[in-house]
Amino acid sequence: MSNAIESLGSLWGPLLVLGQIGLFTLVLLLSIAFLLLLDRKIWAGVMMRKGPNVVGPFGLLQSFADFGKFLLKEIVIPAGANKFVFLFAPILTCTLAFTAWAAIPVAPGTETGTTWVISNLNVGVLYLFAISSLGVYGIIMGGWASNSKYPFLGALRSAAQMVSYEVSIGFVIVTVVLMVGSMNLADIVNNQAGGMQNWHAFSFQNFPLIIVMLPMFVIFFISALAETNRPPFDLPEAESELVAGYQVEYGSTPYLLFMLGEYLNIVLMCAMMTILFLGGWHGPIALGPEATANLPPLLLSLAGLFWFMFKILFFFFLFAMVKAIVPRYRYDQLMRLGWKIFLPTSLAAVLVVAGYVTYFGVQS
Amino acid sequence: MALIAFGLIAAVVILSAMFVIVARNPVHSVLWLILAFFSSAGLLVLIGAEFLAMLLVVVYVGAVAVLFLFVVMMLDVDFVELKQGTLRYWPFALLVGIIFLGELALVWAASGQLTFDSYDPSPGAATNAEAIGGVMYTQYLLLFQLAGVILLVAMIGAIVLTLRHRPHVKRQDVGHQTARRRGDAYELKDPTPGQGI
Repeated sequence: MSNAIESLGSLWGPLLVLGQIGLFTLVLLLSIAFLLLLDRKIWAGVMMRKGPNVVGPFGLLQSFADFGKFLLKEIVIPAGANKFVFLFAPILTCTLAFTAWAAIPVAPGTETGTTWVISNLNVGVLYLFAISSLGVYGIIMGGWASNSKYPFLGALRSAAQMVSYEVSIGFVIVTVVLMVGSMNLADIVNNQAGGMQNWHAFSFQNFPLIIVMLPMFVIFFISALAETNRPPFDLPEAESELVAGYQVEYGSTPYLLFMLGEYLNIVLMCAMMTILFLGGWHGPIALGPEATANLPPLLLSLAGLFWFMFKILFFFFLFAMVKAIVPRYRYDQLMRLGWKIFLPTSLAAVLVVAGYVTYFGVQS
Repeated sequence: MALIAFGLIAAVVILSAMFVIVARNPVHSVLWLILAFFSSAGLLVLIGAEFLAMLLVVVYVGAVAVLFLFVVMMLDVDFVELKQGTLRYWPFALLVGIIFLGELALVWAASGQLTFDSYDPSPGAATNAEAIGGVMYTQYLLLFQLAGVILLVAMIGAIVLTLRHRPHVKRQDVGHQTARRRGDAYELKDPTPGQGI
C-alpha cells in the first residue's frame, strides 16, 4: 500500500480526493434512493395507506424503478423556452447540492485530530451557507426559462421565501459560531464532545444558554423546512395554486435532477442540524478515554459514522412527519413568520449569546 | 498548479464579464454576472482569502444578484431598443477606457513590481476572518459603524418610499385570527317553522 502511494508521487493527493468524491457521491445517491422511499412510506403510513409496495420486497426497489423510468422518458422542452437555461437549471441545482457535501465531516479520523471529510475548510460553516444560498438560482432559472406563467410565479415565490429564511438561518449559525469561536465544522463538532449534555441544542456546560439555544435549534429546523421548500412551506410548488410551481414544464431526466437536488438539500440540512446542534458524530453518552483507549480506532470512526447517519435519519424522519402532519401555510403567514418572528428572535439571541460569551469567556 | 488554476479562473472571470455586456438578453447578462462574481470568489480562494471569498458568494451571489435577477425578470423593458443608440457614445467609452488603462499603468509603474509572493492573506492572525475582524473592529471601528448607519438610512428610506397607508384595506391580524373561538364565529338558533329568527 505505502509502496503504491510512493510510486504515484504527487498524483496521490488528487487521486485520493477523486476517490473520496466518488465514494461520497455513490453513498449519497444510494441513501437518497432509500430515503425517498422512506419519505413516501412514512407519508403513506400517516395516511394509513401502504405506500409503494410492488417493486421488490416491501417496495424497496421502487426508487430504482422510478430512476429507470425518468431516464428512459423523452425530454420535452416547451416551445419558446430558453433551451440552455432550461436544461442548465436542474443540472445547477443537483451539482450545488452535491458540492456542499465536500465540507461535511462525517466521522472522526483513525488518528487523533483528523476527521473523515473531503475538505476540512476553515470557513466550513460559511461555505455551507454560501452554497445553500445559491440553491435558489436553480429554481429561478428553471421557472424563468420555462416561459410559462405558473413556473414563473412559483420561482418568484420560492426566491422570496428562500431569501427571507436564509437571514434567520444565518443568525442561528452565528450563535453557534459564537459559542465555538471557530467556523471550522470539525471544531464545532468537537466542541460538543462528552455526551449529549454538551450538545449545542442543550449546552448544559453553559447552563443559562439553554434558554436561547433550544429555541434557536427549533428556529433552525423550521427555517430549514422553508429553505428546502418542504411542506408546510412548499408554496413554490403548491399544487392547488400553482400546479407544481417551477417544475411544471419539467419531465424525465431534468425533473429527476431537480428532485435529486431537492432531496440532497434536505439531507444536507439534516446534516447541518446534526453538526451545529446535535453533536455531529458524538454519541449521546460519552464513553471516556479509559473505555475507548483499547478499542481499535477504526471501530471508533465507524461508531462516529453510525451516530452521524443515525441523527441525519432522525431529522429526515422529522421532515417526513412534518410533511405528513402539518397543513400548508398561507404566503403572508410564511412571510410574517420569517421576518416578524424568526428574524427578531434570532437577532436577539445573537446579542444574548455574544454578551454571554464575552462576559464569561466560554470560547476555547 | 496554482498558476493553471489562476489562468483558468481569471479567463472565466474576464470572459463572463465580457458576456455581461455582449449578451442580448438582459437575464442572460445577469446570469453571466453571477458567473463572474462566483469566479472572482475562486480567485480570492486562490490567494488564501477564503473568508472574503465566502462573503462574496453569500452577499453578492446569494443576495444582491438574486435581487438583480428578480428585477430584470420582472421589468418589461425592450433592451434591444435601448441598445440601438449606444454606438454613438463610443468616443466617450474609449476615453474612459484609456483613462482606466493609464491609471493602471501608473499604479504599476509607481509600485515597481506587483507580485503574489509578498502577499499575506492573514497578517498577524491565525485565520483571515480573525485578521479582518481585528482590523475592522479596532482601527476602522468608526468607519465601520458609519457604513452601518448609512445602510440603516438607506433601508429606512426604502421603507418610507414604498410604505403606503391605504384606507379601507382589510388586513390580516394573525393574533386576532387565532384568538377567535367557536362562539365568536357563529351561533346556533332553533327557529320554529313560519316564524323566522
